[in-house]
Amino acid sequence: MNSVSATTERRARSLAGPRSHVEEDGPVLSVHELKKYFRLSSGLFGAARGYVQAVDQVSFSVSKGETLGVVGESGCGKSTIARLLIRLIKPDQGRMFLDGQDVDAPNSISVRELRHQVQMVFQDSYASLNPRHTAAEEVSFGLSAQGVARSEARRRANEVLDFVGLEPGVFADRYPHELSGGQRQRVNIARALAINPRVLILDEAVSSLDKSVEAQVLNLLIDIKKRLGLTYVFISHDLNVVQFVSDRVLVMYLGKVVEIGPVEKVYRSAGHPYTRALIASRLSMDPRRRIAAPPVAGDLPSPINPPSGCRFRTRCPIAEPVCGTKEPLLAAVGDDPLHVAACHALAPRSGHSLAPQPVSRTASPSGA
Amino acid sequence: MTADLLRPADRTSPPLLDVRELSVRFGFGGSALDAVSGVDFQLALGETLCLLGESGSGKTVTMRALIRLLPPTALITGRVVLDGIDVMALDANRLRAMRGTKVSMIFQDPLTAMDPVFKIGSQIAETVVCHDGLSYSAARARALEFLELVQIPSARRRLDAYPHELSGGLRQRAMIALALSCRPKLLLADEPTTALDATVQIQILLLLRELQRKLGMATIFVTHDLSVACEIADRVAVMYAGRFVETGTISEVIDSPRHPYTIGLFGSTVHSGTHNGPLTPIPGAPPDPSNMPPGCAFAPRCPRVVPACNERIPELAEFEPGRQARCPRINEEEHS
Repeated sequence: MNSVSATTERRARSLAGPRSHVEEDGPVLSVHELKKYFRLSSGLFGAARGYVQAVDQVSFSVSKGETLGVVGESGCGKSTIARLLIRLIKPDQGRMFLDGQDVDAPNSISVRELRHQVQMVFQDSYASLNPRHTAAEEVSFGLSAQGVARSEARRRANEVLDFVGLEPGVFADRYPHELSGGQRQRVNIARALAINPRVLILDEAVSSLDKSVEAQVLNLLIDIKKRLGLTYVFISHDLNVVQFVSDRVLVMYLGKVVEIGPVEKVYRSAGHPYTRALIASRLSMDPRRRIAAPPVAGDLPSPINPPSGCRFRTRCPIAEPVCGTKEPLLAAVGDDPLHVAACHALAPRSGHSLAPQPVSRTASPSGA
Repeated sequence: MTADLLRPADRTSPPLLDVRELSVRFGFGGSALDAVSGVDFQLALGETLCLLGESGSGKTVTMRALIRLLPPTALITGRVVLDGIDVMALDANRLRAMRGTKVSMIFQDPLTAMDPVFKIGSQIAETVVCHDGLSYSAARARALEFLELVQIPSARRRLDAYPHELSGGLRQRAMIALALSCRPKLLLADEPTTALDATVQIQILLLLRELQRKLGMATIFVTHDLSVACEIADRVAVMYAGRFVETGTISEVIDSPRHPYTIGLFGSTVHSGTHNGPLTPIPGAPPDPSNMPPGCAFAPRCPRVVPACNERIPELAEFEPGRQARCPRINEEEHS
C-alpha cells in the first residue's frame, strides 16, 4: 500500500463522518512475544544490578472496532505495554504488527506512520500538555507537524475541540492551567483525535479524575468510539471501569499475561487464581454484603527478581511444586477458545493435581 | 451482629467528639477562600464516620482542622470538643500532647508520612517514649506488639527495616501501627487505601475494621470512593464545596440518597452492575472556591434547581431521625 496516498486519504476524511470499513478483517494491532527489561545500574560504571522484567513474552491482538481492556496492579507492566505500542520505548524482543505489517521490518511502515494511526492519551492530563500552548495550539500541533497549513490546522483543531465537547469560542485560547482536570483530559483526547488515528491507547485516562468527571469522560470515549469506529486499548487498574468499557480483557501480573478473554467470561468465570482474587477484591457497593476475608494475602513481589515458574505462586492458594519449576502457558478456560489463562491447573498433563485429565483416545471414533 | 454495626451509636452518652460550626478560611480580605463552612457533627467511641466527597470538597481540611493540623494562614473557627477537651483552646504544648495520645492520623502516602532515615521500630518506640513516658526497651516491646497487631509478617525482623524497604501494603500497616501505638481514642484516616492496589486495599480495610473492633476507637475516614465507604462506614457525611450536603447511616444513604449531588454521584460511579449502559454524570464541574455561587453551591449543576436555590444557601435540615440533607426540595413528594 502506498503510504503517502493513504495519509492523504486519511486527512481528507471528515472527522465526524462515518468511517469506511472496507479494509480486510483481522487484527488492527497485534504483538508477538514482546519483551522489555529495564536495566538497573549501580556503581561508578553502571554495572547491571538486575533487570526489571516489565513486560515478558507478551502476545495479544486487537481487532478492528474492539476495546481491549488491560488490567493489573501497579508494576504489572500495563504502562510499559502502552509505551511499547506507540514506540515511546523500543522493545528488547518481539514483533509488532499494524494491519499485518511488521513495524520493524525494513521497507515496512515507519514509526512515524505508526503514530499517525495509533495515538495515546496519558493519565496525567496536566503533565501531558505543554503549559505554553493553548488548547487549539496543542491540538493543531500534530497537524502542522504533518505539513497541514496553519489556518487549516486551526480550523480542524476547533472542529475537534467542538467534537470532544469543548466550545471552541470559549476554550480554544485557554492554557492548560485555565482548564479543569476533565477539560484538560478532553484536550488530550482532542489532540489524539486530530490526526485521525484508528487506534487509541488510553493509559489510565480517567484514573485521576473525580467520579463525576470520570463518568463524563467515559461517556465521551464510548461516544467517539462509536462515531469514529475507533479501536481502543484501555489500560486501567480499576476493574469496574475496565468491565464497563471493554469487549475483551487482558489481565497482567508482574509482566506476564495471566488471562485473556471476553469481558463477561473473565469476570464471571475467571480461570486464573489471580484473576479470581482480583475480581473478588472489588468492593461491593452494598454495606450489608461486606467482604469478610481478604481474597488474597500479601503484596506483589518485586518485578526485579520475580518468582520462578508461575510468578503468582507465592500468593496463590492452589500452588504446587510444579508451579515453581515450570512456567505455565496459556490454556483454554472452559469451552471458549478465546478465553485463555496461564495456569498449570488448567493445562492438561501439566503435573498439577487439579489439571484436567486428557480426554481418553479410546472413546473417540476418529482414533485412526 | 451486622445490624448492630450499622445502627448509629448510642446517643445518650456524651459523644467522644463534638464539632460545632467548624469553619476554615484561608487567606485574608478579598482573596480569602472558605474551604470549610459550618460543619457540625458528633461521634461516639467505636463509630466510623466517612467524609465522602470529591477533590476540593473540604473533607481533608475538615479532618485536619479537628486537630489544628493546618498551616498558620488557615483561620479555624467553631468549637471542637474531644473527650472533654476544648481543642481550640489548647496551647501548642498541650495540642502536641493530645496529638498521638487522644487522636492520631494516618495518611494516603506512608512513604512521605514516615521518616525515611529511621527504622520502623525506632519511629514507633520514639512516639511511645515521648507520649507514654515508657522506657525505650518497653517502648520497643510495644512497637513489636503493634507490628504484630497490624499483621506484619516476621514483625521482629521488620522492626529494623527502613520504610523504603517495605512494600506499599506493609508500609501502610506500619503507619497504622505507628498511629495506634499510643492507643488513641480517635483515629483520623485520610484516604489510607487510595494509593493501594485492589488486592491490598481490601486487606487494609479489613484490618482497620478489625482493629477498630479490638481497640474500640472512633474513626473518621476520608474518602472519595463510595465503595470504600460501603466497606468501612457506619455513618456518612457527603461533602460538597466545603459543606455537608447529606448525612445518614451508610445503608440509608446508599439505599435512598436524597440530595441531588449524592444521587448524581451514584449515577457517575461505575460499579460491577454497569456495563456499556451510559453513565449519568453530573454536568459541569465543582465551583471555583474563589467564585462561589450566591446560593446553593450545587445549584449550577443541579437537575432539580428552582429559583430559590440561587437566592440563599439552604439549611442542612433533618428530614428523618438521623438523616439530614441540604436541599430545599427534600420534602417534596417526587423522589427519584
